[in-house]
Amino acid sequence: MILSVMKNMINRKIKEKLIEGFFFLNGIIVILILGGIFILLLKNALPAFREVSVVHFLTKPIWNPDAYAQPTYGLLPMFVSSMMVTLGSLIVAVPLGIGTAAYLSDVASPRVREFAKPAVEVLAGIPSVVVGFLGIVLVGPMITKLTGTYNGLNALNGSILLAVMALPTIISLSEDALTSVPRSYEEASLALGANKWQTVIRVKIPAAASGILAACMLGMGRAIGETMTVLMATGNAAEFPHSFLGPVKTMTSTIAIELGEVAYYTTHFYMLFAVGLMLFIITFIINLVSDIVFHKHTRIQ
Amino acid sequence: MSKARHINVAELMGFMLLRLCMACVTLVLVIIFYDIVTKGVGVLSWDFVTKAPADGMTKGGIFPALIGTFFVTVITALLSVPLGMGCAIYLNEYAKDNGLTRFIRMSIRNLSGVPSIVYGLFGVALFVEACHFGTSILAAGCTLGLMTLPLTITASEEALKTVPRAYREGALALGATKWQSIWGNVLPYAVPGMLTGTILGLSRAAGETAPILFTGAAFFLPDVPNSIFSQFMALPYHLYIMSTQHHNIALVRPIAYGTALVLILLIFSMNIVAIVLRYHLRKKGIAHGH
Repeated sequence: MILSVMKNMINRKIKEKLIEGFFFLNGIIVILILGGIFILLLKNALPAFREVSVVHFLTKPIWNPDAYAQPTYGLLPMFVSSMMVTLGSLIVAVPLGIGTAAYLSDVASPRVREFAKPAVEVLAGIPSVVVGFLGIVLVGPMITKLTGTYNGLNALNGSILLAVMALPTIISLSEDALTSVPRSYEEASLALGANKWQTVIRVKIPAAASGILAACMLGMGRAIGETMTVLMATGNAAEFPHSFLGPVKTMTSTIAIELGEVAYYTTHFYMLFAVGLMLFIITFIINLVSDIVFHKHTRIQ
Repeated sequence: MSKARHINVAELMGFMLLRLCMACVTLVLVIIFYDIVTKGVGVLSWDFVTKAPADGMTKGGIFPALIGTFFVTVITALLSVPLGMGCAIYLNEYAKDNGLTRFIRMSIRNLSGVPSIVYGLFGVALFVEACHFGTSILAAGCTLGLMTLPLTITASEEALKTVPRAYREGALALGATKWQSIWGNVLPYAVPGMLTGTILGLSRAAGETAPILFTGAAFFLPDVPNSIFSQFMALPYHLYIMSTQHHNIALVRPIAYGTALVLILLIFSMNIVAIVLRYHLRKKGIAHGH
């Protein structure tokens, strides 16, 4: 009798341990995936450097894999292009995003907020290919009309669209940061005679600064990695970018265009993985830094 | 007196500026919807959603693309839902607050920041080439499944967090094992929220283009796919083709608008389904609890 109870208990314990082990495997799978992405990118990028040196890849100002005599694989033109459209988008999205977040957290009445917050979520849910399509049919013609460029498919167009893509991230995370500022800060400021505007600008935004910074960095990460919008709206000329009104070809677009045309397991193919690896590393660093900034923010609170 | 008024003017102007920011964001949303709905609605018809493209894709409908998106989303769900829920259960119910857990959380945040085209490269290297799935529904679905995993995990964990501690403790105090308490007292209340988050994640996957570009999406297929190893047409990819790759872009512009409208409608109806489902299941959950 006692023996069978004990046996039962042991069985139960083993079963529990097995279940826990199963969920543990489930938990560590994300680490395996992240590591797997890195390793597979690296494995497919490394053969590229048997023929082309890393220095060539990082410093040559020309990307011309189809050149008959001497193909060149310089990362710089597309890296500069990616940076251009990303920084261009941030110039629009950061002030607009923080302003909207401040509106949602401190100005909007609860009823307005009830409509405005889902609106931001809806904006986040619009597929990038639809935004890119609107870049062709709406923003492009508008730019042509205003500046007289050929078809309006250029870095400026890409920047505007990327701003739209980065806005929801910046707004919702900045708003979270603003609403998590302790009420006592606000009350102390108001009690000292400051008005609500002064409180928002001089107390709440500085107090939420690291959270807002983290939000902007995540927005930036999204913008750098965006593919379809820039692929459709920036004109994709494989030259070194010289102005916002000229066409550019970003790192993401280069992969998206050329992986479809390239013969597999050639230097060009491996090079595209090298570009992907660079993208992975850049966004990884941005995410990591924003993580650190954000945790500093929560620790202060 | 006059100073006080001066400050009020600054406050008024400042708040006006913030309102203007919100108005800009709203305007962007309105323009997007206005343009697509007004120019897309004329193309919509029963034939448009039930017929295949015809005459070199200048006529006909988008049926194969709709079906393709449906199939690939099913594969995405089969991969990402169980994995995501399992990972969330581990993090919220079993994991201790230690270095490994923090590392897992950091990995999830980083995975959600990996660019979609990089997932595409990963999909080519792993599923298309290494696993020999070829360019297929299976390869594309798996790629999208991994991409949506961070969303599914986060949403599922949020849902688990809303279940009060007392539910777990009550079961444990009555002698239930940990798993019995999770299965009997936690999951029934968390599943509605988990499903909602999952459907939202799948709606994102359904609109993605970059990860499927090289893992299985096809320019044009006359028939619907007949196995998970077939290539497929997909709505977002079809929109990309119709707006940039077609030989007569001006001619097929209305079809592109129609495709964009159907894609947006599909994604929003998925969102509405998620919200309605949450509402109903939650009501049932509460009734059950009493």
